Amino acid sequence: MRPRFELLDKPLIERILGEAFQLIEDPGVRVAPYVVELLRSAGVTVTEGVAHIPEALARSLLEPVPREFYLYDRRGKAAVHYGGDDIHFDPGSSCLNILDPETQQARPALAADLVRLVQVAEMLPQFAAQSTAMVCNDVPPEIGDWYRLLLVLWHSEKPVVTGAFSAASLHTLLELLAIESGGCEALRNKPRAVFDVCPSPPLNWSEFASQNLVDLARAGVPAEIVSMPLAGATAPVTLAGSVVQHAAECISGITIHQLAQPGAPIVWGGAPAIFDMRTGRTPMGAIETAMLDVACAEVGKYFGLPTHAYMVAGDGRMIDAQVGMESGMSTVLGALAGINMISGAGMLDFLACHSIEKLVMDAEAIASAQRLIGGIEPRSESLAVAAFAQTGLQGDFLKLKETRALFRKEQHFPSAIIDRGLASGPDSSQGILGRAQERVEELLAEYRRPEILADRERALLNFAETESGRVGLEGLPGITSPASASR
Amino acid sequence: MPDDTFTAMRQSIIDGAPDTACDLAQRAVASGIEPLTAINEGYVPGMHAVGDRFAQGQMFLPDMMASAEAMRAAMAVLDPELKKLGTERPMAGVVVLGTTKGDIHEIGKILVGTLLSAHGFRVHDLGVDVAGEKFAAKARELSADIVGVSALLTTTMRNQRGVVEALVKAGLRSQVKVMVGGAPVTRKWAEEIGADGYAKDAMSAVALARSLIEPKALPVREAV
Repeated sequence: MRPRFELLDKPLIERILGEAFQLIEDPGVRVAPYVVELLRSAGVTVTEGVAHIPEALARSLLEPVPREFYLYDRRGKAAVHYGGDDIHFDPGSSCLNILDPETQQARPALAADLVRLVQVAEMLPQFAAQSTAMVCNDVPPEIGDWYRLLLVLWHSEKPVVTGAFSAASLHTLLELLAIESGGCEALRNKPRAVFDVCPSPPLNWSEFASQNLVDLARAGVPAEIVSMPLAGATAPVTLAGSVVQHAAECISGITIHQLAQPGAPIVWGGAPAIFDMRTGRTPMGAIETAMLDVACAEVGKYFGLPTHAYMVAGDGRMIDAQVGMESGMSTVLGALAGINMISGAGMLDFLACHSIEKLVMDAEAIASAQRLIGGIEPRSESLAVAAFAQTGLQGDFLKLKETRALFRKEQHFPSAIIDRGLASGPDSSQGILGRAQERVEELLAEYRRPEILADRERALLNFAETESGRVGLEGLPGITSPASASR
Repeated sequence: MPDDTFTAMRQSIIDGAPDTACDLAQRAVASGIEPLTAINEGYVPGMHAVGDRFAQGQMFLPDMMASAEAMRAAMAVLDPELKKLGTERPMAGVVVLGTTKGDIHEIGKILVGTLLSAHGFRVHDLGVDVAGEKFAAKARELSADIVGVSALLTTTMRNQRGVVEALVKAGLRSQVKVMVGGAPVTRKWAEEIGADGYAKDAMSAVALARSLIEPKALPVREAV
């Protein structure tokens, strides 16, 4: 039996959906001019930028949404399965700051930091996907979004969770992906990336978000709705009320997306949070935020849709017990909820800061959560009686063949980051941060850049040099020359 | 019984009770209490108590919003009375507020504006997705003391720098203080872009605005 964690029963989910369908019709959903004709052609009334979407239409457009799809790695292997209760994790995205590896003080992230993070994530099997994790402050802002993707594609072969910063730049990101995949058709057939698209709470599909939905649907590249109700500020204060808003934003987004291209892949996702009534901040490590994530995903699962959430993040400003506790709790809950893609690892300080040391720590929490959902299985006909028949009351279980045959299935062995008193392990007196720092260096030393076809690598470089030249960037930070890069 | 009246006024603000605050203001006017006295002895101490209680974790943002609403209700009665007397409430300063270019989030900014107004600042809210030039133009028009720039996203936070630059370009930088805020904003960032101050939350923004109005040459201030 796979252990599960649920917060909503069927009657409550149906009540949530009942209100969500009601909201998208009245008061309706604010939409951008880009999609007005698309909606009107389907019979939606759009008045003064507000679309009033009938429930019947929205329900009918939920039907063609693929209930599952895959993201592929560079080798063409299906590496991430969006669908069912499969779970995957990726690092948090688009962070401006990093905890400096030496000083552990937050500072603006640079291309070299993103490269280190990507290389570490590449080495950790707990991360099925990469993310465009940081905005590189040594790269001009005009090219900031596609440059992150370039660095990820350059240093990784895993699928990527990414997103554009504007309507226009989406096409630049898609172009990069197409180069790396060997053309638009190849990208459509075996998408390497999923694009986060964020409605603005409450119930607003901005020009940028509306256009991204439509353009991604037409490109056949998966979209991932990241609805972000902030309970009590930009959404109703109750968790249930915020889940309603999340559902309304997802359903209206799917309506736009599926009208543009029925059957295009899209994910029911989000980054909901509570609004701290003392500070006005949005704690990602709060248990109520995790509850929102789980509940929102449950509603998506009710339709059988692929799901996403933003978890595994803490709010403390340094690597400490608070951050570990918050991240660990939400990791376990996300895994038990069977959310297909769980983003956020490595992040702290209300998503304002990334830490590669935290990323390797989070990988341990993820591995534990993955063990947890493996559950407790009867691995032989006899659970215990046969073992006792062999050892009697001596209790000498260590000698049993069964012990040797099964202990690896039963027990997860964490890396040396987790202090279990290994004689050969790192000095436990240095604390988890020191152990994480050592682990990061070990992983970086072991990292080898994945191979890429020479002509595609050249095409990526040409593209990057041309585009970055337009904004006067000299050199390509984080990019090693092909000769020295392919070790 | 003015003391009891002032206590009730103070309490109406703490309770976040606009109807009571309004009713007390009307009764004060009817009974001949000076409007400015009612403000200074009754309602302003209420806002100060709210600020203190918020700082001590005894009151929360929704409570403060309600208190600000009660203050507004009282002032709606008292401001016209002040005008009739040919005077007005001493103004703490003029603030131009807005969310930076590319960002449409405004909850934090609304909180700041509400509390600044409640604390005697004259606030002009430019809304969301505001370019630096627009901040500068409005600051010039109103002879603003402070420009407050909010940003929720890490990606739009960068545009706060553009507001500082626009004020420099407009030749206003020496006359206008710039304060920045928003979830990803830090004191260090404020320093980096040449802002005068950074506030972590709405109540701190009030303290910061007050301190910025005082003409002291200090490095970037942080109100916490």
